[in-house]
Amino acid sequence: MKQTMKAKKSHNAPIRILTYVFLVFWALIQLFPLYWLFTFSLKNNKEIFGGNIIGLPQEWQWENYQKIFTQAHIYRYMLNSLFVAAVTIVLTLILASMASYALTRLKWKLSGLVYLMFLTGMMLSMQAVLLPLYRNLKPIRDTLWSLIIPYTAFNLPMAILLISGTLRSIPREMEEAAFIDGASVYRLFFQIILPMLRAIMATVAILNFLDAWNELMFAQTFLNAEKNFTITVGVNNLIGRYSTKWGMIGAGLTVATIPTLVLYAFLSRNIQESLAMGAVKG
Amino acid sequence: MEKALRSKKAICFFILPALTLFLLVVAIPIFQSASYSLLRWNGISNGIFVAADNYVNMVKDPIFRLSLRNSLLLAAASVFIQMPISMLLAMILANGVKGENFYRNAFFVPVIISSTVIANLWMKLYHPSYGLLNVMFEWMGRPEWKREWLGSVDTALISCFIPMIWKDIGYNMLLFYSAAKAISSDIIESAKVDGASRTRIALHIIMPLILPMVEAVTIFCIVGSLKSFDMIFILTGGGPTHASSVLSLMMYTEIFSNNHYGYASAIAISVIVICLFFTVLVQGLFKGILRRFGE
Repeated sequence: MKQTMKAKKSHNAPIRILTYVFLVFWALIQLFPLYWLFTFSLKNNKEIFGGNIIGLPQEWQWENYQKIFTQAHIYRYMLNSLFVAAVTIVLTLILASMASYALTRLKWKLSGLVYLMFLTGMMLSMQAVLLPLYRNLKPIRDTLWSLIIPYTAFNLPMAILLISGTLRSIPREMEEAAFIDGASVYRLFFQIILPMLRAIMATVAILNFLDAWNELMFAQTFLNAEKNFTITVGVNNLIGRYSTKWGMIGAGLTVATIPTLVLYAFLSRNIQESLAMGAVKG
Repeated sequence: MEKALRSKKAICFFILPALTLFLLVVAIPIFQSASYSLLRWNGISNGIFVAADNYVNMVKDPIFRLSLRNSLLLAAASVFIQMPISMLLAMILANGVKGENFYRNAFFVPVIISSTVIANLWMKLYHPSYGLLNVMFEWMGRPEWKREWLGSVDTALISCFIPMIWKDIGYNMLLFYSAAKAISSDIIESAKVDGASRTRIALHIIMPLILPMVEAVTIFCIVGSLKSFDMIFILTGGGPTHASSVLSLMMYTEIFSNNHYGYASAIAISVIVICLFFTVLVQGLFKGILRRFGE
């Protein structure tokens, strides 16, 4: 069998070469704009607007990066975004795992209906409620909570779907044994169920992080004071302010991307699996 | 144990926090949106009940029609251009090539970068004087191809679509790829032993097995396109003269620039209805296709 496969391969040599040419070409298409971003973030305007538009920087302008930290408070935007993402993730995980426990283990009449309602929620996007929430959340507008609350609420359907799915596949023997030993439902949940949900919680956390870090519409609408800006709003603001200083803009865009890239470098497998899983279940 | 699992106190403790938040922030506001859509209202004075007037005006509004057309064009581009490219890349990678991981990551990286960053980057690419695109045309000796890509009526829309399609190719690719990888290798091996070519294997064995994923991705592409906002908001803001407006952007402008709260809500509700319509349509279509494969 090995031999037939080998024969096949050499037979298809032109197709194989074509395939690789196509792959390399497409990798260039996907990566070149990012390379270009990174290089112009390190150039001065003379190079950007002059003869060196594509090449590596001739004089590496690291001060572009220094400037967006000292002049443009980008660290503040990043901290805000990190705070929003972290609190959103924690709240989503707590609320969704508790709800999933109630929906899959506890016995009550409306359980099926409530589950269905959460599922329906998955079809709704945040923009459908932009105006009502803009009004309802008026007291906390221009605080990070005006983002955390809608982000969490809109994360719940997917999180509940994923966590309930896992819970259904976990056999109940352990819980029954622990119950006979005198554990309450609360202890069952916190000591037995929660530890078993680690993997799926990581998936939910990754999905939530990307959503929260990248969200623009609500952040743009609900935040006014610069000290509250998240990274997306901050970057937009920065670009308006330094419109002619491409080097600084490039540095800002790069910095805004670094946290996701670092996360990706460590968790690329998990991120890809999480996104695939989120999609399949959705 | 049965009794403990029926304890009202426990049930409330576990479900109420999530349920309350969901009702307050998702469910009730949806009904608010629906009821706003029946008002003529600027957000300051009291709204006047006008029944379906907003919907009637919407259908007659040339800007709404243009935005709807643009949104549908984006959905079509996503299904008929983005999906085939993603599928091709996924099939090549799933078949096993040298550097499979490198390519998968290369295609995937734009997906996790925020649309805000991507849009701002492409804005620089499109810059009339110093953008990569026009500079490249200059070098190629084709200065007549240079344009004000985002600033002119005939190129603004397509110039917005390209980065949107570009960004998410990797996402669809990943979904197709993981669906193809989930197919047991025994089936493929035995087809190889029977002498089936790679193309035949891809078309006749892998394709039917990943059809459910194709269905899911089709729905994502359509629904995602109808809801897309970030990129166009940054790149053109819907301009020039609404040339690149889409539904979600029009809704946003109607709320925050024109104070047409009732009208904007009618647009929001129509987006939900259109998304539902396409979801049901695609599901029906694929049910038909799957049945034919079953025969």
